[in-house]
Amino acid sequence: MTADMTRLTAVQMAEALRVGEITSVDLVRAHLDRIDAVDGGEAGLNAFLHVSRDEALATAEEVDAIRAAGGAEAEALHPLAGVPIAIKDLIVTVGQPTTAGSKMLEDWMSPYDATVVERIRAAKLPILGKTNLDEFAMGSSTEHSAYGVTRNPWDTDRIPGGSGGGSAAAVAAFEAPLALGTDTGGSIRQPGAVTGTVGTKPTYGSVSRYGAIAMASSLDQIGPVARTTEDAALLHELIAGHDPKDSTSLPDEVPAFGEAARTTDVSGLRIGVIKQLQGEGYQDGVLARFQESLDALREAGAEIVEVDCPSFEHALSAYYLIMPSEASSNLARFDGVRYGARVEPEDGPLTIERVMGATRAAGFGDEVKRRIILGTYALSAGYYDAYYGSAQKVRTLIQRDFAAAFEQADVLISPTAPTVAFPLGEKLDDPLAMYLNDVATIPANLAGIPGISVPGGLSDGLPVGIQFLAPAREDARAYRAAGALETLLTADAEPLWAQAPELSTAAAQTAGE
Amino acid sequence: MTETLPDAAPLSFQDALEQFDPVLGFEVHVELNTATKMFSAAPNAFGDEPNTNVSPVCLGLPGALPVVNEKAVESAIRLGLALNCSIAESCRFARKQYFYPDTPKNWQTSQYDEPIAHDGHLDVELDDGEIFRVEIERAHMEEDAGKLTHQGGSGRIQGADSSLVDYNRAGVPLIEIVTKPIVGAGSRAPEIARAYVSAVRDVVKALDISDARMERGNVRCDANVSLMPKGSSTFGTRSETKNVNSMRAVEHAVTFEIRRHAGVLTAGGSIVQETRHWNEDTRTTSSGRPKSDADDYRYFPEPDLVPIVSSPEWIEELRSTLPEPPAERRRRLREAWGYSDAEFRDVVAAGLLDEIEETVASGASPATARKWWMGEISRLANARDVEPTALGVQSATIIELSGLIDEGRINDKIARQVLEFHLDGEGSPAEIVSARGLEVVSDDGALTAAVEKAMAENPDVVEKVAGGKLKAIGALIGPVMKETRGQADAGKVREIVMEKLGVS
Repeated sequence: MTADMTRLTAVQMAEALRVGEITSVDLVRAHLDRIDAVDGGEAGLNAFLHVSRDEALATAEEVDAIRAAGGAEAEALHPLAGVPIAIKDLIVTVGQPTTAGSKMLEDWMSPYDATVVERIRAAKLPILGKTNLDEFAMGSSTEHSAYGVTRNPWDTDRIPGGSGGGSAAAVAAFEAPLALGTDTGGSIRQPGAVTGTVGTKPTYGSVSRYGAIAMASSLDQIGPVARTTEDAALLHELIAGHDPKDSTSLPDEVPAFGEAARTTDVSGLRIGVIKQLQGEGYQDGVLARFQESLDALREAGAEIVEVDCPSFEHALSAYYLIMPSEASSNLARFDGVRYGARVEPEDGPLTIERVMGATRAAGFGDEVKRRIILGTYALSAGYYDAYYGSAQKVRTLIQRDFAAAFEQADVLISPTAPTVAFPLGEKLDDPLAMYLNDVATIPANLAGIPGISVPGGLSDGLPVGIQFLAPAREDARAYRAAGALETLLTADAEPLWAQAPELSTAAAQTAGE
Repeated sequence: MTETLPDAAPLSFQDALEQFDPVLGFEVHVELNTATKMFSAAPNAFGDEPNTNVSPVCLGLPGALPVVNEKAVESAIRLGLALNCSIAESCRFARKQYFYPDTPKNWQTSQYDEPIAHDGHLDVELDDGEIFRVEIERAHMEEDAGKLTHQGGSGRIQGADSSLVDYNRAGVPLIEIVTKPIVGAGSRAPEIARAYVSAVRDVVKALDISDARMERGNVRCDANVSLMPKGSSTFGTRSETKNVNSMRAVEHAVTFEIRRHAGVLTAGGSIVQETRHWNEDTRTTSSGRPKSDADDYRYFPEPDLVPIVSSPEWIEELRSTLPEPPAERRRRLREAWGYSDAEFRDVVAAGLLDEIEETVASGASPATARKWWMGEISRLANARDVEPTALGVQSATIIELSGLIDEGRINDKIARQVLEFHLDGEGSPAEIVSARGLEVVSDDGALTAAVEKAMAENPDVVEKVAGGKLKAIGALIGPVMKETRGQADAGKVREIVMEKLGVS
């Protein structure tokens, strides 16, 4: 059993743990072995920036001991207790470094846990480690990490998406059954799409942001990464809920997302195809899988309608003003004064301004600097109204488009990303081409609504993602539609995640030695 | 380009006022006395070990998020109402961005275009009782910065060898009160300045929203001054003198700036829009940093905080908790107590209104209450280097002491000693009097003996008294008091002397 353990879904792992078929220690060891086999070395995936063996095993031992003892404490264990998880290295953790993929926070140890991490610890999910990302979550390929690229398990010469490429690759490559990501413009959903995994961007406020290093406060949201919709839904349930430490956190009761994901009935569900998120700019293979998904849903009794969201034309422009504006402010704190990197100028007087300048010049990578400069400019006196102010108006228009669309449809559907995973390095020197990757995911962040990406099949051997969007606070509706599509597409076939090519573990190991 | 003549000699105040009308403006920062900080659960406490009252939020750690302190919002609304302001039903915080090491996030969370309170006024009482109305532009909430201590050099950041930073103060809740331009103050500008700051301090004390101790920086004042030529209504260029943190300093800083501006302007120069440092030692200001209206703080609405919504019901509920306005209360008390203007002013200046009011309410006469608080209690406090209120004197003690005097059991001098023994923990005044045997000696035999002894030792005095100079009796009372260890009833001594010498 040990050899296959990593290929179970989180729900299956939880059940095997519950009935005593496997132990959490075995499960954690199997994942650590898998990480050892595929993650390190030149050709390795590099999904993890830090692996916390001892801590993960200690949690696993604790869970096993509780289960062995039985009684009320065992009964009270969270259903996912003992199932390991990986955490995007943008989320702060006590006892494990948090780098945000930046030299600025190399070796920095947070003195406090993010709220989601507190909840994961309380539920006793062993934390395997921290996953790679574009620096401060700025990118769509994980190539902007200061600690090297992460490779896509489907083709290791291709990008795993970004910014959460590490979490998606880890889950796709069976290094972890579950992971946390953060999504500001698609950083959970687009990596999910290009790695054949499931990723949810919850309703803004559904999950506490306390402890997620902020990129754009009004857009950021932590969410689950998994191989199945149900796994993602259960992890979402665990991390959701009101947090008094986050003013923007919703006071709502957490709905039963897992149950919604298990609902396979879509008869009568009105599914809106967004006119603006198809056609030009989308690869043929992506559009073909999208069409097949629509056909499958229609056959299952869903009503497919087309909705018009004319303001989406401006979504990318608005996003690239609001996001950098907030990011330029949020990243001001990294100045070498209190924590993290501190770089002194090579010559000349040692003043605070010059130390701050030298630290930021050396500590931030190019993409981060690009966005800080953009945002600083957009917020400057005399430009604010034209840039930040106008972008906020576009945001309102996009929210109105969604509101109108949701009068015609219960959920909306689109391809998650316009293309399958592209080769490493292809778009690194063309920021605008890179930004276009997020064209279908960004509107949900601007409107604060939930979005989920599920596998929709392969194009040229690479995964294609299908995105469902639902009104704010209706995350359960998105899980229901996504779960239904997943069931329809796997009725006669192996799930996509099980079809990933075997990784050349020997190569990774050799290179790592 | 116009010569700015920064070194032009200040004009005399009188000369300045002959040629110019001053325009004032104040930004007063009030530090609130909430238990925790503006946006975090870290304690809001003064004087602790550096960097102990901190949290991830007020250190600006990666990932930390602010949460608004509801008590601070309540204080802001109450202050806004006490300043006769309109309260915004919904308002937002904004980020004021600048890089400075005392500001952990490199922005200050403040309010920009949506202050919680706006358009009010404060009636300020001047020394002669005249009321001057100061219009309030706005009162908004913000957070304080940390405290920098510069090592080496002049004590300013420029030229320092290194700087230490204490973030205990970072995130402490502040309310900034901004006045509209104050015109028409004329030669009373310095007095109005002092009276305004004093009135603000009185209001926040009465609301009990701040410790209001200027020496600790609980109330900090930036004073804006500009001049316009007599007859003109176009404002001149202003200077902003920062951190003028006592009533006297406010008065002096405004006086100096009026004189300095006038000096520069009459010498043909122009005023530089800048911040100025106040130098207490020389009672002058010196140039700080240039400041223009175009300073770019890249304000934008704080996305980590939802708007603050204050329902009309809540606002009205808070309005009902407002104390009597300090100026009205003073008028009422002065009338009720019948003090002279000078007496009342001294009481106000000593900050003992509350104590005297309570003592009077407990049954003491206003005169007795004033006599004790302004007299012996203040003297003892001064000797012990504490505030009179810090001695812990209860109204009941004062009433007991004055009762003992009225009954003739002790005299004033003994009563003062009894108070001191009481403060040293010797028990109630009556207990002390009996334990120490301090009762006035009115026993005729003992007194007569003491008087006879004094008369025998001072024949010259006896001669004078016998000759009709009754005033000289005082010279005999001293020795008698000495003989009876101060416990003689002075009136009785007088009677005995007069009786013995047959004078009246």
